[in-house]
Formats: sequence, structure tokens, C-alpha cells
Amino acid sequence: MSLDRDDVRKIAFLARIKIEDAELEPLADELNSIIGWVEQLGEVNTDGVQPMTSVAEMLTPQRPDQVTDGNVTQKVLANAPDRVKDFYAVPKVLD
Amino acid sequence: MAYLIESDSGTWEVVIGLEVHAQVSSRAKLFSGSPTDFGAEPNTQVSLVDAAMPGMLPVINEICVEQAVRTGLGLNAQINLHSVFERKNYFYADLPQGYQISQYQYPIVGEGTVVLDMPDGTTREIGIERLHMEQDAGKSMHDQDPKRSFIDLNRAGVCLMEIVSKPDLRSPEEAGIYVRKLRSIMRYLGSCDGNMEQGSLRADVNVSVRLQGATDYRTRAEIKNVNSVRFIMQAIEVEAARQVDVWESGDEVVQETRLFDPNRSETRSMRAKEFAHDYRYFPDPDLLPLDLDQTYVDKIAANLPELPDAKKDRFIVDYGLSAYDAGVLVADKETALFFEEAAEGRNAKLAVNWLTTNLFGALNAAGKEITESPISATHLGGLLDLLADGTISSRIAKDVFEEMFETSKDPAAIIEEKGLKQITDTGAIEAAVDAAIISNPEQADQVRDGNDKAIGWFVGQVMKATQGKANPQAVNELLQTRLKG
Repeated sequence: MSLDRDDVRKIAFLARIKIEDAELEPLADELNSIIGWVEQLGEVNTDGVQPMTSVAEMLTPQRPDQVTDGNVTQKVLANAPDRVKDFYAVPKVLD
Repeated sequence: MAYLIESDSGTWEVVIGLEVHAQVSSRAKLFSGSPTDFGAEPNTQVSLVDAAMPGMLPVINEICVEQAVRTGLGLNAQINLHSVFERKNYFYADLPQGYQISQYQYPIVGEGTVVLDMPDGTTREIGIERLHMEQDAGKSMHDQDPKRSFIDLNRAGVCLMEIVSKPDLRSPEEAGIYVRKLRSIMRYLGSCDGNMEQGSLRADVNVSVRLQGATDYRTRAEIKNVNSVRFIMQAIEVEAARQVDVWESGDEVVQETRLFDPNRSETRSMRAKEFAHDYRYFPDPDLLPLDLDQTYVDKIAANLPELPDAKKDRFIVDYGLSAYDAGVLVADKETALFFEEAAEGRNAKLAVNWLTTNLFGALNAAGKEITESPISATHLGGLLDLLADGTISSRIAKDVFEEMFETSKDPAAIIEEKGLKQITDTGAIEAAVDAAIISNPEQADQVRDGNDKAIGWFVGQVMKATQGKANPQAVNELLQTRLKG
């Protein structure tokens, strides 16, 4: 698998990262070398091996259904670039 | 009944699949300890986790897991002991994380079935594809300011169950019945309050059309976020008609998301966002897979309440009700309970009639739910007893019923207070009958000449004279013997 300039442009758009056209080619090269490195793993025979999602041999911890948080309106809004009363305000979203 | 659309090139049928988003009933959110109450002040029910502050980690709420399993069991579905939370990546102002934590490849619940009770008393089985858990987004308000949208994150992170049906629905009516049935099952289970006004239940509606008899599917359109049963049905109707027109005119339906506008009764394309559907799912590294054991699931299964289908069957057998009546009664848990209290040990069919005709009618007119009924089940049962033992006539019963609805009083007390007891004293009835005959010799002659209608007229006169307290049957018999005997 290898990425071309258009793939990189698309990935950048999806991640909302602005890149100049001149950066596309070098980025494609970099990403391709990462992919190539990861693809080496494909050489290992994994027949009968369960996919591993975590190195920790444990069950996911769960919380009781209790209200222990919230009511920190000023804290959560503290970094908002713009606000109106206790709402976040963002440039108008049309759809 | 089949829902078909006729056009120049033939007869079309509609293929519908629904994705219902049901808000899980829980005190706290899916991955944080913030409350879930509806209608709180903006951004008061938001923790640093919900606001996606750096370094915050999600920890799953055990009740949300239990509710999802319980709902899966209620849908006769397979419970997957291993499920995985993934990130669904997209940018939107009311999604602070930049991704929604959802389940994708390994949902907690797999295939199941829902049985629809059709109006003609038959049933129809609809397949469930899957149920998965996910976070709700926040709420955007676009109409408060000319240049800005306002965001309230109170709802962000609340646990939703997305219930995906197979494309088994074939008419707007079926879709409506399906959503109502899902809601009914979840209310019985206590896993979702089903309150559509508060957004606890919303649906994405997938619609395609095909010529009758075809077995392949044509391209579908998805109508997003429809929030009432009525709108779901309307949206399907107008979208199916639109698609038939598109095919008829030689064009092709394109796969896209559309928005239903109830005011204009049309669906319209949402601005086609390039790459909008490239969600790049991947397992959330902040969350381990959810592994359950079978004993846990069995324990939940053993404690499920009686669900609507089982209750319906029991009502048919125990109370001798028709499938239709039983279906109506069990649709709502509270109604079913009310019925059982009022009907226990009494004439069940009479109880159904008083409940579905009189009480539902009065509640509807007053805009009240069964839980707010001014007439208790015990009092309605009491009224049935007074009817059964002949204390009051069915005409008087209607008046008593109205009074009960007004005042919430015991029917026996109302009858006592207003002197509405049926006259069983034959002497008094005889006197009233005789008086009626004497003062209306012309009509009496008509009866003697064989005009049976005139008998009915006399019954009415006597009932009027006794303020409805005479037993109409006794009156009728007396008139027969006096005039024709």
C-alpha cells in the first residue's frame, strides 16, 4: 500500500490540517515509509492468534451509575474563544 | 395491507430500514459522572471529560451496559459477550472530542426480532440487525444569533442505543408501528423513557423503492434525525413518492442524506459534504474491549419483566380478549396495569370497552395520560360492579362516569349522593309505564297496530320520566305486556 499526493490532501482535509501543495510530496514519502515499516508485521504468521487490543490483561473497569461530576460550567467554558452567557458560541453552522 | 405506488411503468413497493437512537435511562453519562437530566441550564451537566479536555479518560457506566444487554434480550437478540468501542471521527461544533465513541465492528447486541401487532390483529416479524452503544452529541442552536451558533454540551456523552432494523419494513404504517413497539418494549424494560418530545427517541430513516416483485434493492436515501412517529411516517411517504418520480423520469436516485421538512412536507438533500462519510473508525485506545460473562447476561435475563408480547398472549388466554384489544392494552405498560386492576374478577370485555372507549376518550379530550387519570382503576372496577349487579343502568353509568372523571369520587358515593340508583321496584316502574300510556293514546294505538318503533319511543318516555333510573329492559317488557299482551 502506498499513498499519493491526493491521498495526503484528503487525509489532511479530514484531520483539518492545512498543508501547502509543496508539502504534499514530502509528506507522502514520510507516510509511505511509516506504512512500509508497519507492513513488515504482515510477514509474521499470526494464524490462530487473537487480535490484541491492549497489553493489560484486565477487564475494562466500570463505574457505578452515580452523579459525581458536572456543575463546573465556568471551568469547561474557561478556554472557549467566544461565549454568550453560558453557551459556547461558534461561527454559524449551516447544516 | 400492502403500501404500493402506481406509476406509468408499474407498481412500486417501498423498502424501509430504521436506525433508532434511544437514550438510555441512567443517572450519569456513558463515560463520565455528569448527570443526564433533561432541561438543565446550559453547560451545567458537563464534566471535563464531556468537554474533551486533554488528558481526561472515559470510564464506562455499568448501568448503561446493563440497559443495553437488557434491551437486547427484550429484542430477542444475540448478546455479544465481547464488544469494542471505536472512534467515529468527524468534526462538528457540538462534538468536542472530534470523534464520537461508538461501536462499529463488534456491537454489544447482534441479530434479533421485533413482532409488530398489525391493526387487523395479525402479527409481522421485523428483523433487528444490531444494537450498539454510543455517545450523544451536544445541542446546537442556530437561531439565536445572526452570525453564530450556540452550543450546549449538557447532552454530550449521554448514552444512546442505536437500534438498526433490517430493511424489512414495507409501509409508513409499519414503520410507525415498529417505532411504537420498540418504545413500548424499552418502556417495559425501563431502559429508555421513549419521550420523543425530549429527544429520547429519534430515528434515521432509510428509504428505497423497487418495482413490485423485484428482489434486489435500489439505491436508498437516508432521512436524518426524524423525531416523531408521525413525521417518520410522513417522511417515508413523501420520500418514496419522490424516488418513484426520479426513476420514472429516467434519472437515478443518489445515495445521500436528506432532511425532512414537515412544514413543506418534503425531503431535501443536505449539503453534500465531500468525504462526509469517511469516519475512519478505529478501536478507542482509551477503552478496553467490553467483555461480559454469560452468568451476568443470564442474571439479567432471569430478571426481565413480562414484556408486551407475553402479556398480550396472557390477556388473550386469561381474559378472553381479541388479539386487537389485547394489543391495544399492552402497548403501554401503565394501561395494561390499569386494565388488570379494573378487570380482575369482572367481565373483562366490559372492562376493555369502558377503558378503551370511555376512559381513553375522556383522557384524550383532557390531554391526559393514563397515569394522570382522575378515575382510578379501583373506581372503574367499582363502576363495573354497580353495573353488573343492576344498581345502575348503563345509561346512568355514563353519567356517573363523567362525574367520576370530574371529581375522582367513588362511584358508589356519587350514586348515593345523587340518588341515581336504578328503580328495581316494579310498582314504581308500572306506574310510570301506565302514566305514559294514558297520556299518549295515539302512540299506544300505533303499538297495538304492530309499530315496534313506537315501543322504543315509549321506553324513551318512561326513561325520561324516571330520570334514567328505570331498568330499560324491565320497562320494555312491561310495555309489551301492557300494550300487546
